[in-house]
Amino acid sequence: MSVISGQSPGQGPGELGEGFDAGFESEGQLPPGVGPWKLAWRRLRRNRVAMFFGFVFLLIVVVCLLAPVYSTDIAHIGPNYGNPTGTFTLNGKTQFVLSQIGIPIGPTWDIHHYFLGADDQGRDVAVRLLYGGRTSLMIGAVATLITMIIGTLLGVFAGYFRGWWDAILRSANDVVWTYPAVLLGITIGTVLNIHGIGPLHGTNALVPAVVIGFVYVPYVFRPVRGQVLTLRERDFVDAARQQGLSHWRIMTSEILPNLSSTIVVFVPLIMANSILLEAGLTYLGAGVQPPNASWGTMISDGINNDIPTAFHNVLIPGLMLVIAVMSINIFGDGLRDALDPRSKIRVAR
Amino acid sequence: MTEHDSLPPDRRDADSLPPDERDAGAPPDADAGGSGDDVPDAGTTGEGTPSASPGGSMSGAPAEAGPAADPGTSSEGATAEGTPLLSVEHLRMLFPIKAGLLVDRQVGQVHAVDDVSFALYEGETLGIVGESGCGKTTLIRVLVRLLDATSGAIRFRGRDITRSGRRELAPIRREMQMVFQDPQASLNPRKRVGQILATPLRLRGVPREQVARESRELLQRVGMAGDVLNRFPHEFSGGQRQRIGIARALAVDPRLILLDEPVSALDVSIQAQVINLLDELQDEFRLSYVFVAHDLSVVRHVSDRIVVMYLGKLMEVSPAEQLYSKPIHPYTQALLGAIPIPDPRVNRSRQRAVISGEPPNPINPPSGCRFHTRCPHATEVCRTIEPPLTEYAGGHLAACHHPQNVTAGEVAAATRSDQSPLSAGAEGPSLIAAGDGRETSATAPVQR
Repeated sequence: MSVISGQSPGQGPGELGEGFDAGFESEGQLPPGVGPWKLAWRRLRRNRVAMFFGFVFLLIVVVCLLAPVYSTDIAHIGPNYGNPTGTFTLNGKTQFVLSQIGIPIGPTWDIHHYFLGADDQGRDVAVRLLYGGRTSLMIGAVATLITMIIGTLLGVFAGYFRGWWDAILRSANDVVWTYPAVLLGITIGTVLNIHGIGPLHGTNALVPAVVIGFVYVPYVFRPVRGQVLTLRERDFVDAARQQGLSHWRIMTSEILPNLSSTIVVFVPLIMANSILLEAGLTYLGAGVQPPNASWGTMISDGINNDIPTAFHNVLIPGLMLVIAVMSINIFGDGLRDALDPRSKIRVAR
Repeated sequence: MTEHDSLPPDRRDADSLPPDERDAGAPPDADAGGSGDDVPDAGTTGEGTPSASPGGSMSGAPAEAGPAADPGTSSEGATAEGTPLLSVEHLRMLFPIKAGLLVDRQVGQVHAVDDVSFALYEGETLGIVGESGCGKTTLIRVLVRLLDATSGAIRFRGRDITRSGRRELAPIRREMQMVFQDPQASLNPRKRVGQILATPLRLRGVPREQVARESRELLQRVGMAGDVLNRFPHEFSGGQRQRIGIARALAVDPRLILLDEPVSALDVSIQAQVINLLDELQDEFRLSYVFVAHDLSVVRHVSDRIVVMYLGKLMEVSPAEQLYSKPIHPYTQALLGAIPIPDPRVNRSRQRAVISGEPPNPINPPSGCRFHTRCPHATEVCRTIEPPLTEYAGGHLAACHHPQNVTAGEVAAATRSDQSPLSAGAEGPSLIAAGDGRETSATAPVQR
């Protein structure tokens, strides 16, 4: 009776995590207080512009995710299916995909047949645009995920422990930071394309994702580390230390929650940059490899082959890229204002 | 006796958690008498909260209360016998100042806490006062091991904890808690009150199902509604936040709470409430306090003994009332002279010892007595020889070559305290004063 739980030897501070927010909802408590997230959401909701562009971006994502449906059920053509000599019937008239002198057909505005026209190999631009969007967004998302995880982990680690680890990590990040992102991306991307590490080789679309994710790590590492440096001096961290919590617990339960708004703010900004960098690297030949579609490859193909004859092949993916990146950025700005009205977080370049 | 049996079992277990606490709790020190007086009182005023008197659950305390009872000691404090709860021996905290282009090299040290010794007995409140930058806060942070001392020893119940690792410290940290100056900064803005209190409760070993109930009781105990566990710190006022901070410290059922200017960030009216709360809690839970403040009137109200610090050194250690009625050190006199008095006529007529200027740079503290650069009584000896802490009658210690408000007889009877800094001169003020001739009977009228 007298030794219920107090002295059980396994009661280390590390094992306390699960039960911490147990049961506050019960028994006559006031309704939950308005927390930082709720306040931010209220502010964000009032920002009409940010909400609109957030919705635009969401729409782009949904449509791109539906690419296979469009490809198989509506357009009946695959993204990489070249048909330079083919014909189809539009409004009762027979049309050539490519004219006799090789000029691809322009937008037909018929969603069943070459809605946005064809490229120089007779591929459906609309289908490729959706599939390309899928690839581009996927690369953006994966790269952002990699950047955020590595950048946050290293930043918290370096900022919390300081000393030698901090010096090493900071120098390493400065080296990466000093390189122009595109140059570094080309270098690593080319090496991975040729030699490869495990599954990361050749035409695998993960290659540019990993490369881009790596290149942007310092952009997250530096501000996270800086914030941890100030957070670790705050009294509530001292209070936790004074109670004997482990470093791990302090990092996860005291510091990380206070970083969360910074991290959330960075997600759209890094994502926009990642999508742009993907297009840039692909155009330079170090990103997504043909015949895979991405907005980058489409722009690249269009510029190399179609500029004089079918400029829509450049314009359309370029426009999509601009709209997508712009809406993420505007939404991200609104998110930043909502989460921390005073913050000045910007991703350069 | 019955109320001890009616304690909730978890409370009682938590009490007996650290094995050495049981040992140290068994010998009845002087304050056990206090528990005999206070416990029934706590039981009636506890507003029915069953956890009202866990301090009394030291088994058998009331039985032993009779022979040990000596109510006088709780106010006089200094004469308490037995192992002190917390003792500090020649503690130094020097912050290195580094500079250099490629390789850091130490170019100096900030003498934040420089050879400080004192002891705190169970149930006692020790006030620490001094100007800003005199090392009060650093001292507290060293004591709770947020900073690692440069040298010296901290003993908790006689056990040296100066270099203990995290695991060794865990049981001691449960007995020794800290309340911070800025209640806003010391509560994690991302956590709900329930989460803030759950952490120490779980550390104490409270089962998860009972955490919410215990949190509610804690909040009620510090004078708040128990239904705010879902709220965030920013939804409270400063005074309420400080109450939450106090509740967090109480959650592990400590014996000693170190308060780092707990009320200086609060409105005056709220200050009084919080101080009264601390008073009640002390009686109820048999707490000992180390109370840091720069406000002498606040310290006077709460303290049994008061330590006066200046530039990292102890100037005077005295039972609280004696410090105000009979300040020995000129620096203490100056501090007392700075207390505002509401009545302007009284204020104008009083004789004040005024010191001018700023405290010297703690990187290069003055030689000899640290206070000699600003002291109206300073002589050559003060510049060269550091005065030892000299023990006068009634447990009143002062480090001064030219003690004030004492008679020649008292000076002659005074002895060199073993809490003196190691670098201090061997000679107490009796010899110096005799040689000097001027200040031998330094019986200036009490300046208040």
